[in-house]
Amino acid sequence: MTTPQVEQQSPPRDNIPKQRLTIQTRRLTKVFPGGTRAVDALDLEIEDGEFFGLLGPNGAGKTTTIGMLTTRVVPTSGEMWIAGINVRTLQQEVKRIIGVVTQFNTLDRRLTAWENLYHHGRYFGLSRSDSRREATHVLELVRLEERRNSLVDALSGGMQQRLLIGRALVHRPEVLFLDEPTTGIDPQGRLALWDILLQLHREGQTILLTTHYMEEAERLCQRVAIMDHGKILAMGSPDELKGSVGAETIMTLQAEPITPAFIAALKGISGVHSVEEGPRGLQVFAGDSRRLIPQIAETALAQDVELSDISVSTPTLETVFMRLTGRELRD
Amino acid sequence: MAFIQPFMAMMERDLRVLRRDLVPFLVRTAMQPFLFVFVFTYVQPKIGAGAPGFQDVLVPGLIASTVIFQGIQAVAIPLVMEFSQTREIEDRVMAPLPVWGIAAQKMTFAFLQSLLVVLVVFPLVYIVPVNTPHLDISPLVLVTIIPLGALLSASMGLLIGTAVNPRQITLVFALIVMPLTFLGAVYYPWSQLEAIRWLQVITLLNPLVYLSEGLRGALTPQYGHMNYVAVYAGLIVCCVGCTWGGVHMFAKRVLS
Repeated sequence: MTTPQVEQQSPPRDNIPKQRLTIQTRRLTKVFPGGTRAVDALDLEIEDGEFFGLLGPNGAGKTTTIGMLTTRVVPTSGEMWIAGINVRTLQQEVKRIIGVVTQFNTLDRRLTAWENLYHHGRYFGLSRSDSRREATHVLELVRLEERRNSLVDALSGGMQQRLLIGRALVHRPEVLFLDEPTTGIDPQGRLALWDILLQLHREGQTILLTTHYMEEAERLCQRVAIMDHGKILAMGSPDELKGSVGAETIMTLQAEPITPAFIAALKGISGVHSVEEGPRGLQVFAGDSRRLIPQIAETALAQDVELSDISVSTPTLETVFMRLTGRELRD
Repeated sequence: MAFIQPFMAMMERDLRVLRRDLVPFLVRTAMQPFLFVFVFTYVQPKIGAGAPGFQDVLVPGLIASTVIFQGIQAVAIPLVMEFSQTREIEDRVMAPLPVWGIAAQKMTFAFLQSLLVVLVVFPLVYIVPVNTPHLDISPLVLVTIIPLGALLSASMGLLIGTAVNPRQITLVFALIVMPLTFLGAVYYPWSQLEAIRWLQVITLLNPLVYLSEGLRGALTPQYGHMNYVAVYAGLIVCCVGCTWGGVHMFAKRVLS
């Protein structure tokens, strides 16, 4: 039932090309029955201790990627290793060294907060006393000491999410997988969760996170891969990715009509790098914006274009995504 | 055997939950058979109604139906919820245990719970009737049929729990539980169905018939019972079929 479908290719632990890689995939592909190519020849290398983010809209293939890395989705082709262990062939060994927080609240509703942690530790082979100690320690880490004896349903959404993350840490995994961990959590709860994740990262925890919130990827991740339609479109640190836009400011114009002559005239303004039509309006990528706004207004007037709004922003990962795909991150 | 540790840890968890819910568990298990024997073997004889000997017929029948019902109530329904609403199963699957091991653990605990159910129901159906049931116990048959019945309950619970989605739960009661119990040779010996031959043949598809008849042979053979070869063969075929189907469906549901 869980037999791998291709013969095992290469390496056990010592054959891995780069020693410090915690996660590595080679041309990892998943085609679901019906033909949806959810993940398409994905090559990923995540180093030990890295906080790595997969950023993309719903349906980009992020969850399927995590599903494969955590043994729950059987890949169609390709290979993957976690800490040098082949995920396809040595599933139980891999499960022992990973912590997984899925998109769903999978807490044990019939147990208390502390018992959720304790029994999780026991599933992963901790002795009774070790599991008791770890459960108490983790409860402090996720700031739920005071709700120790509360049943899951008595906890708020943010608390449950913290408990989910805590539970994934009880057996001290080498990699922590977080699939959209802050979806549906209030802003305050999100900040509390970010604090915990950043603390874990400082302590050396390797983390792979998926998100469709660009703020989350920017704030937390050292490296981000922007994903769409099962492929990685760009990868780098948030600063590198934003730098790839090649502009300090982006001015978004609401103008009517948008004529080729108007676009050409805008491109002619000194300081403007490029002009593109985006989903939110006409986008002008430029250097310093302050002196440009009057010139843009004048150009519009000269071209007989009605300008109803100019908004100025700096590049974000959202901008990067939009430039790569022509779409917004959140549809 | 690296699997034994997580397997036992899941048993430990289930035991904690059962201990906590022991009273509701016992009440839920005992209520239906209690009311049944109370009305038909206590109230009815007292008011001059009811059939003589019915208390004897009910002993194997009610034990069998309660054991099977237990598998649906304590295994199938929670499993349906764990797969859909609570998604708890997705966490269990992340434990270092193959998927079939998780299914086997669910069945093992259900098996033990079913044995507990026998211990609860047996005294009830024996003590409550006005006229104490006349039992003629065959120990060897009894100690082999009861574990087979518990296994049948556990495997049916697994199969139904993995094959059904939450919206269909009420249908499960109408289409599976009700016909199974009413036509499971619970309230009459199967051999007496000779008068309605077509029904006698059709109910051979009902796994509960083999358990009721096996227990009838073990406890009240004076009323006649299905041939033991058929009883054991029927039980074994149903256990193997449901286990195979249940584990198969379980794996299909958790892996994509």
